[in-house]
Amino acid sequence: MAELFDLFITFFKIGLFTFGGGYAMIPLIQEEVIKNQWLDSVETLVDFIAISESTPGPFAVNIATFIGYHEAGVIGALFATLGVVLPSFIIILLIARFFHHFQTNRYVKGFLKGVKPVIVGILATVALAFVLRSTIHTDIMHLPDWIVDVRALIIFAGLFIIYRVFNRLNPIYLILISAVFGLVAYGLF
Amino acid sequence: MLIEIFLTFLKIGLFTFGGGYSMIPLIQREAIEKRHWIDNDEFLDIIAIAESTPGPIAINSATYIGYRLRGFWGSLMATLGVVIPSFVVILLVSMFFLQFKSNVYIAYAFQGIRIGVAILIFNAALKIYKKVNKNWFTYVMILIGLVLVLFDIVPTLLVILIGGLVGILHTIILHRNGGEDNGGTV
Repeated sequence: MAELFDLFITFFKIGLFTFGGGYAMIPLIQEEVIKNQWLDSVETLVDFIAISESTPGPFAVNIATFIGYHEAGVIGALFATLGVVLPSFIIILLIARFFHHFQTNRYVKGFLKGVKPVIVGILATVALAFVLRSTIHTDIMHLPDWIVDVRALIIFAGLFIIYRVFNRLNPIYLILISAVFGLVAYGLF
Repeated sequence: MLIEIFLTFLKIGLFTFGGGYSMIPLIQREAIEKRHWIDNDEFLDIIAIAESTPGPIAINSATYIGYRLRGFWGSLMATLGVVIPSFVVILLVSMFFLQFKSNVYIAYAFQGIRIGVAILIFNAALKIYKKVNKNWFTYVMILIGLVLVLFDIVPTLLVILIGGLVGILHTIILHRNGGEDNGGTV
């Protein structure tokens, strides 16, 4: 029971502090995954993000359902999903009922003016951390321990060029291309 | 009517791939063009509200449209509708995911996929960056986010809260000095 309550509260917190779309949730989730030792490893989280691109629905619901199920079965999935959905649900109900000009309020705008650039910085850091983890098998706090993975570096360069050249490439295609790159680089060589 | 709200959002939830923003055209077709539940101006308002409140844009807009149509029960039905498809699909995926991952070729593929995901996350940062005003305040805030998280100084949740409070403070100071706040279009 305590575990279910923990899942609910943690995802409620995550839902409450996610501004700017589903991916803005990833840094918060990563932190909780490490802290609570969910999912065996951060790699499983990254793998699931890829899966989530090819399944329907909001990312937030997908990731809550996945972690909840992984930690405490179907009931766990239910508690985590309820947790991540409830903050939005309650806040929107209050706004629809009482505050019709919420989005033009000066302080709301001020809050977002500060939050959005901070999230840009946070997301860039998390992306960098994921790249380092794959290419030199370490994180920013342990840079002296790096081990260069040449294949991963080549994949990174290749994917980066493809993503720049094909503007607005559908994320699902990028995932598929990166899967093929991984298969070729690690399977054949 | 409640059943129609539920089914419409069930359909929207089932056919949205790749995050909340890909849901916008679908909501436009189902709720505006087909059913005339709301008009386009109202919809733009809803998007603006969804963007200024926490949580997934899909949940935010479903709750809001549902409430406009049939009050609390409308919002409950719309939200349930939009959540259930992904809940069910992910439950099924989760049941097979770990077995499926132990295959050696799948593991190779995921070595590549992890790098692809990093690029997608970087792209998400870029998308938000494109929408914020470019001024010294923004650059300082980006730097604050970067440094605090990079060196693991405070929990991420606190970094977000600090960002919001500094933003409010900046607005108050600008206002007190009688200056026009030009950083507000987010």
